[in-house]
Amino acid sequence: MADIVLDKVSKKYPDGTVAVHDIDLEIADGEFIILVGPSGCGKSTTLNMIAGLEDISSGELRIAGERVNDKAPKDRDIAMVFQSYALYPNMTVRENMAFPLRLAKLDKKVIDEKVGEAARVLELTDYLDRKPANLSGGQRQRVAMGRAIVRSPKAFLMDEPLSNLDAKLRVQMRTQVSRLQKQLGTTTVYVTHDQTEAMTLGDRVVVMRGGYIQQVGDPQTLYDRPVNLFVAGFIGSPAMNFLAATVEEDKLRTALGDLPIGGRTRAALSGADAPRQLILGIRPEHFEDASLVEDHQRAKGYEFTAPVDLVESMGSDKYVYFTVEGEHASSADLEDLAADAGGADLPPQDSLVTRLSAESRVRDGADAKVWMNLDKIHLFDPSDGRNITLTDEKAEV
Amino acid sequence: MSVQEKVRIPAQRTPKKKVALSEGKKQERKLGWLLCAPAAIVMVAVTAYPIIYSVWLSLQRYDLKFPEDREFIGLTNYVTVLSNNYWWTAFGVTALITVISVTVELILGMGLALIMHKTLVGRGLVRTSALIPYGIVTVVAAFSWRYAWTPGTGYLANLVSPDGAPLTERASALAIIIFAEIWKTTPFMALLLMAGLALVPDDLLKAASMDGASWWQRFTKVMLPVMKPAILVALLFRTLDAFRIFDNIYVLSAGANETSSVSMIAYNNLMKGLNLGIGSTMSVLIFLTVAIIAFIFVKLFGTAAPGSDDGERR
Repeated sequence: MADIVLDKVSKKYPDGTVAVHDIDLEIADGEFIILVGPSGCGKSTTLNMIAGLEDISSGELRIAGERVNDKAPKDRDIAMVFQSYALYPNMTVRENMAFPLRLAKLDKKVIDEKVGEAARVLELTDYLDRKPANLSGGQRQRVAMGRAIVRSPKAFLMDEPLSNLDAKLRVQMRTQVSRLQKQLGTTTVYVTHDQTEAMTLGDRVVVMRGGYIQQVGDPQTLYDRPVNLFVAGFIGSPAMNFLAATVEEDKLRTALGDLPIGGRTRAALSGADAPRQLILGIRPEHFEDASLVEDHQRAKGYEFTAPVDLVESMGSDKYVYFTVEGEHASSADLEDLAADAGGADLPPQDSLVTRLSAESRVRDGADAKVWMNLDKIHLFDPSDGRNITLTDEKAEV
Repeated sequence: MSVQEKVRIPAQRTPKKKVALSEGKKQERKLGWLLCAPAAIVMVAVTAYPIIYSVWLSLQRYDLKFPEDREFIGLTNYVTVLSNNYWWTAFGVTALITVISVTVELILGMGLALIMHKTLVGRGLVRTSALIPYGIVTVVAAFSWRYAWTPGTGYLANLVSPDGAPLTERASALAIIIFAEIWKTTPFMALLLMAGLALVPDDLLKAASMDGASWWQRFTKVMLPVMKPAILVALLFRTLDAFRIFDNIYVLSAGANETSSVSMIAYNNLMKGLNLGIGSTMSVLIFLTVAIIAFIFVKLFGTAAPGSDDGERR
């Protein structure tokens, strides 16, 4: 077990494209860290550089304090689980799991013991003599995990290990991966494009985009305090709602109406360089059916009436969709997010998604009176995507 | 040969499924036969008929120099050929050429395939230049080798043995024949093996290197087993091809000094000796040997016919 340090690590290809720009990241011993981002964000390249499957163009990679830039993958003592599982088709499950141990020239008895133990942990004992071709997707995935854990390596690297499984199995395996990691306490770097996976699994999540780290933090921090428009839109499902907003005297003019500028937003907007044109972001759960809001809450928010497009009842709560007329929020970040439909399920631009209590009586087609919590809004600078409400909060602390 | 393989394999599988066919399935099968019919008829006309006819000829005493002596003599021709030293010498030579050339071709072809697979810069150029020998007509290439090895004029003969005439001695002549054969068909082997290399997923090799495998271990423990079907197909094709070697020998040594292959002596008996009975017997024996080789490859090594989907290894 070991810590992993990336010190200004970059990846530049011979044709001049830069896949990863000066990444600084310290992964603590035993930590479960997730690299997440849309395709092409450099997360897999970063993982491959840690693995040694791709050369590091500049910067330094240290595992357990030792510089390993020039070490071959086999000398780094780390194990990797691939999206395709990469099981050796000609070997049985037992031989697959024993392969790294056999290469390490371990004693036959020790190998049998370790493989048996891993198989027991992963519930593969009955399948040890089968070939991968005769296993289900979930079983194959477990064999791939088994091959990684038998070696007790310094770290696990996982490259989208669950994305070839169907949705139900993926949720099951997610829990199993998480439990296994806690049990073994091995440093794990996990790459995914699925923000739900990132949020549920990681101790810390690294959001990447275009070869740059956007934000590093525990899942709740990323969710509550996204540093920019990209992170705000990428994390969370359904995604955050974005609206164009203009500052006019003491009001924020939006398609939902003129919102009063409260204490928190006032501080953010008081700066001399604060832009007049903004993007307002608010998560679906920060809306509520106005009739269900208690009086002392009501004052903190803003109420508006809008025609309901669609109600999706989830049992525990209701997703209610509204159409918003007026100016759309536009920014390069939002376009990026929209382009990467796989990573973030952004609602269509003119639609507003709200999550209301299950007791709400709103119906399709009727007008509904909705309350939004002004304490929870974020304001972003459209030019660089910066979350201006956040910078101020930090200053206050 | 390969066409017959393809036809044979599905035919073998049908009895298992033949339990109860629905009307639709029957119609489908009938349509299948109808669609195959033109090709099958042409195949029968151009291959089955000559094969059967040569079997028929091999059972007769039939020498065009003495046509009036034509007579059905059963298997006597086979006894004559199989008890003859001349045949067994040729058979030994053919087997030797086949084994050595295919072995060397496999090794060289694998190397070439790896280079062509890995090359990033000038991939097209590398592949094209590697394939040139295969693109040259065998007879033309054989002639250029003959001139090269002819004492006095040939650059190779002068270089290697200034005093001797390598094509007139058995061992050196055989070596040159094998060399010419290897030079000519290694690219073909490389091409088939390269298709096999493409079957090895990148992730598998990455996984192996993460698991601690050296280059050689990755090659022998991961690449070769995964490529096995492709290797077997390449070996099958080349073995069948090499066993029928004719043109290189015909041009280079004309079979002198006991360098004849079985195809050479069959040709000599048929075309030069005009002995249709003995010549046909030899042809049938060659056909049987080739069929046995194919059978061994398909049944014992589990070589799957290219294109058939039951290439699963057990």
